[in-house]
Amino acid sequence: MSGQAIGLKRRDLLKLIAAGVAVPSAMVASGCVSTGSKTAGHIVVIGGGFGGGSAARYLKRYNPDLAVTMIEPKTSYITCPGSNWVIGGEAKMATITHDYKAVRNNGVTVVHDTVKSVDTTAKTLQLAGGKTLNYDKVVVSPGIDFKWNEIEGATPDIAAKTPHAWKAGDQTLLLRKQLQAMPEDGTFIMVAPPNPFRCPPGPYERASMVAHYMTQYKPGARLIILDQKDEFSKQALFMQGWKENYGERIQWIAKTDGGEAVGIDADKKVVRTTLGSFEGDVINYIPPQKAGQLAQDMGLADKSGFCPINQKTFASKQINDVYVIGDAAIASPMPKSAHSSTSHGKIVAANIVLEMAGEPTIAAKNVNTCYSLIAPDYGISVAAVFDMVDGEIERIEASRGISRMDATRQERRLEANYARGWYRSITDEVWG
Amino acid sequence: MNWKTWVVIPTWLALTAMPALAEKPVSRGELLANSCFSCHGYDGKAVEDATIPPLADYPASILIEQMKAFRDGERDGTMMPRHAGGYSDEEIELMGQYIGKQEE
Repeated sequence: MSGQAIGLKRRDLLKLIAAGVAVPSAMVASGCVSTGSKTAGHIVVIGGGFGGGSAARYLKRYNPDLAVTMIEPKTSYITCPGSNWVIGGEAKMATITHDYKAVRNNGVTVVHDTVKSVDTTAKTLQLAGGKTLNYDKVVVSPGIDFKWNEIEGATPDIAAKTPHAWKAGDQTLLLRKQLQAMPEDGTFIMVAPPNPFRCPPGPYERASMVAHYMTQYKPGARLIILDQKDEFSKQALFMQGWKENYGERIQWIAKTDGGEAVGIDADKKVVRTTLGSFEGDVINYIPPQKAGQLAQDMGLADKSGFCPINQKTFASKQINDVYVIGDAAIASPMPKSAHSSTSHGKIVAANIVLEMAGEPTIAAKNVNTCYSLIAPDYGISVAAVFDMVDGEIERIEASRGISRMDATRQERRLEANYARGWYRSITDEVWG
Repeated sequence: MNWKTWVVIPTWLALTAMPALAEKPVSRGELLANSCFSCHGYDGKAVEDATIPPLADYPASILIEQMKAFRDGERDGTMMPRHAGGYSDEEIELMGQYIGKQEE
């Protein structure tokens, strides 16, 4: 066997790979990525967020012999969860910033680079830095990108003046800086995005954190949410919490009540809606969203802007041996959240490992949990377990629900504590 | 060693090792239990500054009993009655046995 193989040409080895023989294809690639001496295949995970991080960790857990390479441009990752707490002054950037040391320690090869092109026939990935990687399967977890120019004046460059802060990092700090610099009786305007978008309760948690900051430093200031939809996640709980904590400081205007934005002037800080013009000292324009640019470039998205998948395995419906997880995937009715993405990561990992071992895949249950802080000592949550019924993700009604309305302050305090604990645990699961 | 040698050795190992792979790489119980890790810590073990209780040190029977109690309305809680509502007896038992301490 080995005697024969030694005489094989590179081309013949590639044929073996095509025939499904377990060859560590990472080794075959030019610019080869180091792997262990014994591998059962090479999985490339594109994206080092909650989805990609979870997929990589659990691929190694379920089959330590797999070579797993993560492609992530950033050397440290700043999470969206917790970024609203930073804006409100309740967390530091350092707390929501994570490096990839532990990911490497868990056996994953981390390459800080971007994908330039993918050849899905030859099953190779070209990286911008010049490397070429062969793969057996690719898990794509690119997060979201924005749909600009959906309303007049909403060009990509306005993010420097009217920050979205919907990808955490410099945008988070810019929005915080603008909030700190606004007059004591100023107006903060948020344009909340239409469905579907990353983190359904996110805009409303952000409004809460901004209001919390205002109660301390901008006593006369107010916040107007111009919404591009008529209802939102945990709405009754947010409304109750806003009233209890902030009185009338937060004004929410539904889409059909005049919230629908038709134009934005980032220089004059004006948002025009079907109701009229709203002038603010700070404008937080959160654009409509689509799957991350890489998913668009790879041809993984459909007309909706997101990626159709087999909801049992997360296999792309567009390209063989490519899987899409996280916010980019159409995993409805699951919300686009960090917790959902982490759940997808485990299930895609398990089913890839099972499939490669010739075992039947599992119709697994997904889970979502989303905590929001209305105030530092006032937390609320939404959660659900999702079944797999005839290959489709379906919410289990008995598992679904939001925190109790009219709960005691003690219960809200407990959930605020759990919100911080959730953050600690899930980021440890992905980056720890 | 050149790259060919590196490829050949693991190929040979992988091929000869194949028939010995009897056990499934991941069971339903493990995959179900992995759902708990995001909040209760990886492998159910305590995380620094965690505020959500770790589970790994509890006997499996206690975890199973408590999950059923949450689900059936016999134990109150903020989050767990909702999660527990998503699982059957069999699933709760698989999860509990995977995460909890095994008993005699």
